[in-house]
Amino acid sequence: MTETSNPNLRPTPHLKDNAIIRFEGITKRFGKVAAVDNVNLDIREGEFFALLGPSGCGKTTLLRMLAGFETPTEGRILIDGKDVAQLPPNKRPVNMVFQSYAVFPHMSVTDNVGYGLKMDNVPAGEIAKRVTEALELVKLGGLGDRKPDQLSGGQRQRVALARALVKRPRVLLLDEPLSALDAKLRDQMRGELTSLQEKVGITFIMVTHDQDEALAIATRCAVMERGRLAQVATPSDLYEFPNSRFVADFVGSVNMFEGTLEEDKPSEAIVRVPELGAPVYLDHGVTGAKGSTVWVALRPEKIEMHKRNGDATPMKMEDAPAGANVVPGIIRDIVYLGSETNYEVEIEGGRRVKTFRSNLTRYDQEDFTWDEPVWLAWHACSPAVLLS
Amino acid sequence: MSIAEPVATIERAPPKREKPGPLEYLRRWPLQAIVGATLIFLYAPLITLMAFSFNTSRRNIVWEGFTLDWYGRAMNDDSLVQAFVNSLTIALICTIVSVILGAMSAVLLWRFRFPGKTALEGSLALPIVVPEICMGVAMLVFFARIFPWPTGMPWPLNLGAITIAHISFSFPFVTTVVRARLASFNRELEEAAKDLGADEWRTFWDVLVPHMMPGLVSGALLAFTLSLDDFVITFFTAGPDTITFPVKVYSMLRFSVTPEVNAASTILIVVTVLFTALGLQLQSQAEKQKPKP
Amino acid sequence: MEQSWRQAKNAFAALGVPPVAWLIFFFMIPLAVVWAYSFGTNAGPTEIDLTGTFANYGRSLQPLYFDIFVKSSIVAGLTTLLCLIVGFPVALAIAFAGPRTKTWLLLLIMLPFWTNLLIRTYALIAVLREQGYVNFTAEWFWNNASGLMTAVGLQPLGDFHPMTLLYNNAAVVIGLVYVHLPFMVLPLYAALDRMDRSLMEASLDLGAGHLRTIWSVVVPLAAPGIASGVLITFIPALGAYLTPDLLGGTDSQMIANVIERQFKRANDWPFGAALSFLLMYLTFIAIAIQAVVQRRGAKVGAA
Repeated sequence: MTETSNPNLRPTPHLKDNAIIRFEGITKRFGKVAAVDNVNLDIREGEFFALLGPSGCGKTTLLRMLAGFETPTEGRILIDGKDVAQLPPNKRPVNMVFQSYAVFPHMSVTDNVGYGLKMDNVPAGEIAKRVTEALELVKLGGLGDRKPDQLSGGQRQRVALARALVKRPRVLLLDEPLSALDAKLRDQMRGELTSLQEKVGITFIMVTHDQDEALAIATRCAVMERGRLAQVATPSDLYEFPNSRFVADFVGSVNMFEGTLEEDKPSEAIVRVPELGAPVYLDHGVTGAKGSTVWVALRPEKIEMHKRNGDATPMKMEDAPAGANVVPGIIRDIVYLGSETNYEVEIEGGRRVKTFRSNLTRYDQEDFTWDEPVWLAWHACSPAVLLS
Repeated sequence: MSIAEPVATIERAPPKREKPGPLEYLRRWPLQAIVGATLIFLYAPLITLMAFSFNTSRRNIVWEGFTLDWYGRAMNDDSLVQAFVNSLTIALICTIVSVILGAMSAVLLWRFRFPGKTALEGSLALPIVVPEICMGVAMLVFFARIFPWPTGMPWPLNLGAITIAHISFSFPFVTTVVRARLASFNRELEEAAKDLGADEWRTFWDVLVPHMMPGLVSGALLAFTLSLDDFVITFFTAGPDTITFPVKVYSMLRFSVTPEVNAASTILIVVTVLFTALGLQLQSQAEKQKPKP
Repeated sequence: MEQSWRQAKNAFAALGVPPVAWLIFFFMIPLAVVWAYSFGTNAGPTEIDLTGTFANYGRSLQPLYFDIFVKSSIVAGLTTLLCLIVGFPVALAIAFAGPRTKTWLLLLIMLPFWTNLLIRTYALIAVLREQGYVNFTAEWFWNNASGLMTAVGLQPLGDFHPMTLLYNNAAVVIGLVYVHLPFMVLPLYAALDRMDRSLMEASLDLGAGHLRTIWSVVVPLAAPGIASGVLITFIPALGAYLTPDLLGGTDSQMIANVIERQFKRANDWPFGAALSFLLMYLTFIAIAIQAVVQRRGAKVGAA
């Protein structure tokens, strides 16, 4: 398991203990470039696992190696404890839903869904029964006779899902399942995918570049960067307890500040951050050498804004000593999004800090205006301190 | 202007035909005249040829009466009928073999990367590009000296030399057509089939061939018409007992020009046009079957 | 993504061997034999000695045969030029027509292409000969004009002399244009259809007339298409056999007719082989020129 042993991280809850998929030292090189670089990963049975990362990070290559369409240059892949290196794709207990859905255009929906069963020489009667079941499962009952060109994109995706699931694979692979759908359909399919997985009960592994999707659907995510695993954790742990600047920046938006670790005790720590002009006080310890460079990651929604009416007495947060976790600033940009408003606040030194505020009442958006002086403040448990 | 004042009624001029836009060349008379004249130039000889196949007079200028005699004579002319049967047989065999060879070479080029690929592509382009007479000469020499076709073989084997020659210049056309069709193939379909348990062979038949089908059909029709219409290459490879329809019509032209030739020609025109129209129809039907986004 | 042949050797061999074998055995070898013969000498009614001589090629440079090469090139060139002059406006008109008209017009232009070459050429004979339609119509006009003139009081025109439109070089050119016009229209149309209209509109907007716009804007942009059309008209015209054979006179022989004579009547196969290969070399040169124009045109178009 490649979870860093940073005590900043909360331990992840376990679904089932057995690893149904294991990647051992997997590397894939194309020429000199390593698309996947020494990945060690366990995926447990029953998970809805997401491989997340920017394009080119190797997530699709990893998925294709699992499916059998690419061969690893080094390392082993184990499914249910068995090394699958010798197995071609048509013999693995794994099925894939492709990015383009790859529904056979010349076959009807029924024939599409039954194709895999035909390849397994399942008797015709049983094929018909299982196909009907599968179509009901994806809510396409009754559309069996249609041809793919008579279906919408979303319907074709369901055909692809039914076609893969009807074979009752151990693992279902999904390559960017929601990227081709429009916003409304995407929301709908998110819910349907999760309920489908719960109903069917098998392990789903999804590849996506959309972190919203991953956070919303997955039970556990692996963030990849340039062929390596950056962090493997549950969505909330990825968001609240990132282990590096890359992960903190990739998942959600963040204000990142560089600083020096001044004090480090088991139950508190102080980081001196020149850009903020005020120290950052934390209510927990950080494992690091005193005097070393660290980064403080503050998410916009965790920064409170208070009016500053020209008085020089700074605000004080109850859970921090005076002067810490409070910074004066001036609002320079306001982006009204209806349910919330994003603000950009300029602090001394010119740095712009992003904050975010829900509009709790109908007049909340009038509370703050351009060029208004404010105090930015946060709780001592809010920042994440990153060592890399 | 106060509300009380009557609003002036606007007289609407009767809508005139829009003046042609600056680039709508076809709607201006100079180009209409050119296109019209060209079409007349192209069709008048053919139409008169077909019309005069029904003429009672032997001479082809003055219309004297409608008759189907010449068609009757054409169909009773044993050597002409035999030539027509030969042409059809050769065309049929040529089509089948060309489609198979063309499909194989198209899939090979589409799927694989291999040393000498460019050389192969170039070689496949040669039969299309080489002048017919050069190919005819090559076939003549080949079958006379290198690979003599046994004489006195029963029909249809005696048509072997001509058939082989036709296949040689037809199948590269099929390759081109099928390759163009394969270019639009979504490779994920192949992977999906394998993922669902299909082996190489089944993937080929169940997924690749159906996609290729419009290309195969177009290619087949192309090969068929190329073979049926060929004169030069056949002229060089045919023997006295293996005459094809165009070669026969040629000798009729040289010896006696009667409307019988017109009748035979009209039959050939109609057959060729029908097949090509069929091919186009099938091709446009296949192109309509594109999935909605 | 293509795969390397090593990854599926069986499939590779299964797909590759038949077509490649056929190509080699029934195409390359015959051509190679002809090439070899072009360096041989006749050593008897059915024997050819492969002496490695250049005599055959030398012979083709003699005035008699060289003239025929030149004349064939001129005829093919003239044909191509005429096809271009007639074909360009037609392609232009079709490219800018409405979608339904476009399909129908293209179909109409291409239909004659599908009919047999022999038949098309034969049809022309009926039109061009001394008792053919052109002369028939011309005679009709002549006589009527003559009648009109007498009615008005002028001298009647003399006897009508039918024009000799057949069995001469003019007939061959007309015949070749007739046969190859559709070949020229299609690539021209394809190039014009793909062209960016806004460039033409910009030119017109800046004050250029239509002809100027066509010459300065359309032609350079459509150059690759023009080159294609020229190529697929010139090469078949150069190697034409039937048209000069049926429509030409004794002095309208083209290369293909000479070649045919060597093989079918004169029994001088080595010489015929040499002539065939000279024709092939000319073909390849033409293709190379077109490829260069194509590449330059692509650079211009991409700018």
